[in-house]
Amino acid sequence: MTVPRVERPGLYYPKLPATWWLRNANYFRFMLRELSSVFIALFLVVFLVQLYRLSQGPGAYAAYLETLRAPGWIIFHVVALAFALYHSVTWFNLTGVVQVVRLGERQVPPWLVAGSSFALWAVVSVVLLWFLLRG
Amino acid sequence: MATRKTSEPFWWLLFAAGGMVAALLVPVHLLVHGLAVPLGWTSISHARMLALAGHPLVKLYLFALIALPLYHWAHRFRFILEDLGLHGLRTPIAILCYGAAVLGTVATLWVLWQI
Repeated sequence: MTVPRVERPGLYYPKLPATWWLRNANYFRFMLRELSSVFIALFLVVFLVQLYRLSQGPGAYAAYLETLRAPGWIIFHVVALAFALYHSVTWFNLTGVVQVVRLGERQVPPWLVAGSSFALWAVVSVVLLWFLLRG
Repeated sequence: MATRKTSEPFWWLLFAAGGMVAALLVPVHLLVHGLAVPLGWTSISHARMLALAGHPLVKLYLFALIALPLYHWAHRFRFILEDLGLHGLRTPIAILCYGAAVLGTVATLWVLWQI
């Protein structure tokens, strides 16, 4: 007797066209947010190559920086920066919802949790800038 | 209901850590290494950059900065593909995405080893 095999019972996938996320602005923003991870990962790969070229000596490093000066790479980095900022803003906005902070009996309001995340982001960014650009 | 053992929580943890690292640290590095230095707004000499990246603590930092967001990408990209209708390919998509992140982690370790 054969037992009918059920593939992952309990999961139901509604049939949607692949363009469902173009239907309204919220879906579209959701897709942009998810897509931000692609640009962040691409930048990190480019940055990893930069570190590799750094290890190969001053000539290789200078040549790589020259490559990054090309208009195509500048446009890529501008777009990637926009996506990275979008990721940061959506991520820190969510911390207020995801992370419930309690002080004694009372719950710290979500806007304050999100606000602290944004403040932390600002401080970390300034410290990093100072560290990278001094001297 | 039967509970299935899955590795999902492990990948989700890496996703959350990667999302946090990406949100906090990536914009500044993108601005400096992707735009400011190539465009000549500022310069970081080869010697200084090498001295920075050669420090063990900085290497640890760079490892987290580069490797963790790759898992954040893997997790989100996996579900983008599924949401676009590729439900039938669930398992191969998961293996490809997380596999690429693991490969990226190995590459990061290797590059940092060279410095």
